[in-house]
Amino acid sequence: MTDFSVELRQVTKKFTSPEGTPVLAVDDVTLGIRDGEFFSLLGPSGCGKTTSLRMIAGFEQPTSGEVVIAGQAMGMTPPFQRPVNTVFQSYALFPHMTVTQNVAFGLEMKHTPRADIQKRVTEALAMVRLPGMEKRYPKQLSGGQQQRIALARALVNRPKVLLLDEPLGALDLKLRKEMQLELKTLQREVGITFVYVTHDQEEALTMSDRIAVMNMGKALHVGTPTEIYERPNCRFVADFIGETNFLPGTLAGCDGKRATVDCHGLRIIAETDHAPAPGTQVVVAVRPEKIRLHLEPPNTPNCFAGHIENVVYVGTDTRFEVKLAGEHRLRVRQQNLVSTPDLTAYFGGHTDVYAAWLPEAAQVLVE
Amino acid sequence: MLKTVRERPSLQGLVLISPTMFWLIAFLLVPSALIVVISFGARGSYGNVVYTFKLDNYVRLVNAEYGHILWDSTWIALLTTVACILAGYPLAYFIARSHPTRRSLFMFLILVPFWTNFLIRIYAWMIILRGEGVLNAVMTWLGLMNTSLGQWLFSQVQLYTPGAVLVGMVYEFLPFMILPLYTSLEKLDPSLLEAAADLGARPWRAFLRVTLPLSLPGIIAGSILVFIPAMGMFVVPDLMGGAKTVLVGNLIRNQFFTARDWPFGSAASMVLMALTLVVTLIYTRTFGFGEELVP
Repeated sequence: MTDFSVELRQVTKKFTSPEGTPVLAVDDVTLGIRDGEFFSLLGPSGCGKTTSLRMIAGFEQPTSGEVVIAGQAMGMTPPFQRPVNTVFQSYALFPHMTVTQNVAFGLEMKHTPRADIQKRVTEALAMVRLPGMEKRYPKQLSGGQQQRIALARALVNRPKVLLLDEPLGALDLKLRKEMQLELKTLQREVGITFVYVTHDQEEALTMSDRIAVMNMGKALHVGTPTEIYERPNCRFVADFIGETNFLPGTLAGCDGKRATVDCHGLRIIAETDHAPAPGTQVVVAVRPEKIRLHLEPPNTPNCFAGHIENVVYVGTDTRFEVKLAGEHRLRVRQQNLVSTPDLTAYFGGHTDVYAAWLPEAAQVLVE
Repeated sequence: MLKTVRERPSLQGLVLISPTMFWLIAFLLVPSALIVVISFGARGSYGNVVYTFKLDNYVRLVNAEYGHILWDSTWIALLTTVACILAGYPLAYFIARSHPTRRSLFMFLILVPFWTNFLIRIYAWMIILRGEGVLNAVMTWLGLMNTSLGQWLFSQVQLYTPGAVLVGMVYEFLPFMILPLYTSLEKLDPSLLEAAADLGARPWRAFLRVTLPLSLPGIIAGSILVFIPAMGMFVVPDLMGGAKTVLVGNLIRNQFFTARDWPFGSAASMVLMALTLVVTLIYTRTFGFGEELVP
């Protein structure tokens, strides 16, 4: 017995492109989505996240492997017999039905008694905070309202799992941020497992309990938002989530989780989970906001003299491009703690600085 | 002069529609008015028109002798329309759901028969459906003509029966049903059917609740395109129905060219026009034109 809502077991999906070449959309993905979890599939377009979702919904059949929902192997079970509901990217509301008819559709298909349908539709519309719209047609609603109706139409069926395919993609930024928080709150209230597909890393980090970062059909890293951001397990994840400086080098030695790396003249101390053998080609990944710039060298490891080549002011913080010895370039982000319209106020107009970061702020990744 | 046209949008509109207006007035409105006038006249002894104001022609039309012709015409036009929906819908659905690169090929194939003259295609049907024709030969070869069911089936579509007229009419008008049906089915977002399945609808229920209502505008447009010309059709009943099936189209033609009774023919034309309008009106009043159903 598992406590997984959804499991993908070595799922592979091959397509044939219109040109006749085979495409490996999903490549041997195994992952378990826990009961009541907000789980995101995150990755660039074409990474296989939507195909994975469609295989859970039953719109696509895996070429090999198995989709298991609530402990039941789905096999060839068609979508209309699966205990899941989907919120589509385009919402896919029925244009010829009113809001009520749309929301009631799933209940009618299950032959729910009429009085129950009425009650549950009213509840669902209250849940997405859209009462008073019952008689309207989808085209008479705004994008945000349509999005809520799509959500109500799926949730009213009380599915075991709710699948969401980039549901906020069509909304403007402000509305999207609002809906992110609302979705998260709603998910906690109803306690249903959400599987959420997005290419927006910020969205995934904000809302998810756990995230699977996907690329080229593979699930590269599955973990909590902090694990994914702070301890990415490979270069792609570190690069895709947020901004990262990569310093290529050779591993000099390892002392437990502490590794020393020779990066073309720089000796960097960083954390590692893999403990690779000395001599291995690695990259040191360090986030721009974890690097501090100083006028005088602080007495810490990982302190390197550099030259500020570029300064970009972005309101909340300032971005510096710092050139280190050995042709390394670092992107550094410093919060604007002082309020001044004068950019030269930072470092008093000096361009020769010291860049430093803590060993635990940097990661050694095997290429 | 040019300047004033450019400055006045209402005048621009008038300039733009004037060629069409002229055409419609000269070749539709004026001849129609003439027909109205003639329909109240009487036939002279040499086939000429005597201008009077009598309702005799209209009274003759609803008499037992001719009344059934109006009834038969409406009935066969309705049957043609229904048969075109039943035959055209699956085909239009299939084309709309096929791969985009294939669709244009299929639509092309639908239109290919139009390259041949309509009469020649009807003669081909006559060869197929006649007593010793192709269909009979095929059915005999299959052994179907030895069974009473096979014989009954053949007798229903044999040349010079109302069934043969229906076959010819459906054949002729099917593309006019398929084209609007295809257009409305092709616009149907496939994710709506996925949504229906996702919400627990089996394919058949998804069809009844989603596909069918959303393709209603196509059905309505196709029905109008088929029913109206089917009402006035005279070539098919003439050639494939023999003398046994006389429709209002044949009646009108015979009055103008054979009996040389223009006033009676004109009255029949007016009644045909009225009947077509009434049926179309009832139909669109019941179902609407369908636009309101689609975003």
